[in-house]
Amino acid sequence: MSDAMWAGTVAFPGYEDAELEAYLARPLGDRPRGGVVVIHHLPGYDTATKEIVRKFAAHGYAAVCPNLYSREGAGVSPDDQAAAARAKGGVPDEQLVGDVAAASAYLNALDHANGKIGVIGYCSGGRQAFLAACSLPIDAAVDCYGAFVVSNPPEGFPLKATPLLSKAPDLSCPLLGLFGQDDANPTPEEVAVLAAELDKLGKEHDFHIFEGAGHAFFSTDRAAYRPAAAMEGWKKIFDFYGRHLAA
Amino acid sequence: MCTYLTEKIELDGAGKGANGWFTLSQGAVYVDHPYHSTHEHTVNIDFTNPGEGPSARVAVELTEESALALVEAIHKALAAAPPGLASVKR
Repeated sequence: MSDAMWAGTVAFPGYEDAELEAYLARPLGDRPRGGVVVIHHLPGYDTATKEIVRKFAAHGYAAVCPNLYSREGAGVSPDDQAAAARAKGGVPDEQLVGDVAAASAYLNALDHANGKIGVIGYCSGGRQAFLAACSLPIDAAVDCYGAFVVSNPPEGFPLKATPLLSKAPDLSCPLLGLFGQDDANPTPEEVAVLAAELDKLGKEHDFHIFEGAGHAFFSTDRAAYRPAAAMEGWKKIFDFYGRHLAA
Repeated sequence: MCTYLTEKIELDGAGKGANGWFTLSQGAVYVDHPYHSTHEHTVNIDFTNPGEGPSARVAVELTEESALALVEAIHKALAAAPPGLASVKR
C-alpha cells in the first residue's frame, strides 16, 4: 500500500459563489476513499490545521479545509483575515453551511471518492461541525470541544453564535464528541445536556470526556496540548471514520 | 473559552505592519485564543486601519500580566512627560 500523498492549496466556489481558498490533502493511491471536511478553529486557517488535513490523508482519506475567512481578501495573511472576520462578528451560520456543502461536493468530485463525507471541527469549528451535520447530508461528524451548542454565549459576545440544540432532530449522521473535563466551554454539564437530548431523539452518538484535559487539548502548538487525551482522541476518530466512511 | 467582549477604540497615530508604516484609525482589545502565542488565551490588541484593508494591522498577543504591565508603563511614561505633550490638541 502506498502512503504517498498530494497536499496543497486549491480553490472552489463556496456559499453564494464566493471564491474559497482551501487546503487539500489526498492519497496518491487509487483505492476508493471517503472525504473529510476539516473546519478550522476560531483563530483561523493556520499551519496546525493544515497538519490535521495531512493527517487524514496519511490515514487514507481525501481531506479539505476551506478557509472560512477567504472573503477577507486573497493574498491577506490568515491571521489578518481572522482578525477582520472577527471584527465583523465572525462567520454567519448559513455561510458556514454553504461552505461545508461546497467542500463536500468538491471532495465527492475527486477521483476515487466513495461518496461518503465526514466533518470534523475544533473549538468554534466543533459547534460548526454539529451545525453542518444538522443541516446537510453527512455520513459521520466529529465535534471537538465545540462551545455554545447547548447554551447561550455570555452577554456582550461579539460573534454570531447561537445555541443549536433545537436543530438536533435534524442531525443526519452519527456524532462523535471529544471533550475535556476541565473545559469551561463546553462544560461537562453542557456535554451531558447534549447527550441527553440526542438520547431522547434516538440519535447515534459517542461522547468522551477526557480527564486532565481542557479546551484545545488536540492543539500540539499550544500549552493546552494533552498528549494522552489527544492520542486516545485520534484513535477514536479513526475508528469512527473507519466504520462510517468506508465504501 | 472562545471569546469575550471586544473593546473597540478610535486611534490617531501610526503603526508599522508587514507592508511598512501606515496611519492607524482603529484599535481592538479582546481576550481570546491567540493566533501565534502558545498560551490558550491572551490579551489580543489589534492596531488597524480598515480603510487600507485587513493587512493594515499591527497585532500583539500578551499574557494578562504583560498587558497590565503595558498599561502601567503607558501611564508612567505619560505621567513623566509634560501634560499634553503628545496630545492631538497640542
